[in-house]
Amino acid sequence: MKTNVIQNAFKFAFPRTLPVLTGYVFLGITYGMLMSTQGFPVWLPTVTAFVIYTGSMEFLMVSILASSFHPLSAFATAIMVGARHLFYGISMLSKYRNMGWKKFYLIYTTSDETFSVNYSAVIPDTIDRGWFYFFVSLLDQLYWVIGATIGSLFGSLITIDLRGLDFVMTAMFTVIFLQQWLKDGTNPRTMLRDHISELIGILGSAACRLLFGPDRFMIPSMLVILTVLLIFRKPIEKNIDGKEARS
Amino acid sequence: MTHLEMFITVTVVVATTVLTRFLPYMIFSEGREIPKTVTYLGKVLAPAVFGMLVVYCLKNVSFVSGTFGIPEIASLIVITLLYLWKKDMLIPMAGGTICYMVFIRLM
Repeated sequence: MKTNVIQNAFKFAFPRTLPVLTGYVFLGITYGMLMSTQGFPVWLPTVTAFVIYTGSMEFLMVSILASSFHPLSAFATAIMVGARHLFYGISMLSKYRNMGWKKFYLIYTTSDETFSVNYSAVIPDTIDRGWFYFFVSLLDQLYWVIGATIGSLFGSLITIDLRGLDFVMTAMFTVIFLQQWLKDGTNPRTMLRDHISELIGILGSAACRLLFGPDRFMIPSMLVILTVLLIFRKPIEKNIDGKEARS
Repeated sequence: MTHLEMFITVTVVVATTVLTRFLPYMIFSEGREIPKTVTYLGKVLAPAVFGMLVVYCLKNVSFVSGTFGIPEIASLIVITLLYLWKKDMLIPMAGGTICYMVFIRLM
């Protein structure tokens, strides 16, 4: 009975991680290759992929480790890159409640992709939620670690032109965004009201990207999103309650 | 950097990253009531974050030089149309990625 529960959760989880499989293995290989061309020990990409497990931080790590020793600036960079985990945590607080021993691992392996897949998944009652979240998190982490290892060991042997394959990650976030958009309403007359969150996410970050440049717009974006959502809390909550009452 | 310095740097980054992941759960631990404001944010943050992540993925696209963002825009349109048509996740992702890979080789 128990093994069935686990198997079913795995079968439900695996197809949902396929885009992450493609993106992570590819990006992981890129990371492993980059690390090995910088002359770091061959095991370093695998170890950092496993313990840091934040793609964008690891790519920055390459240049941090290649420069002079500066733990404070490494700390500041990690805060800036990791700040978005706070948003993921707040969004998953209720979903990850009562997960027992799995909870620690689920929190530890929170990434952009794992968060997006787990948050947006519509899980039927027949599937165990805890095991589903667990397998998505585990598989995603494995993809990344395997990619980094392949890259560091065999990176120089890869000659197929895979340029652009990393766009699969952009594609995945776009689809999840569209999914969320349709879920929040399809009536054009109430578009602004129903989609205020999505709109502020896109427009707020796009504006911050223009203002602050590609490397330092994430924290301002998060502050803009937070501020707008708190200022308009009353009307937004009223609209959500109205929708829930109607459905 | 010496090996010790590398070890310290990696440790600092790991500890900081772990902290950003665990902080919300440490503050609002199980058994404690989650404040209403946080519950509200838990509901409305994610849709905004998905928008932010799309922008994040496109952060290095220039619309005034190079390929003018044409491969990206074309692929996003393909993804949207395929999604509206099929209401499935994998087909639009595959279609959009292939479209992108073709475009950057042609332009």
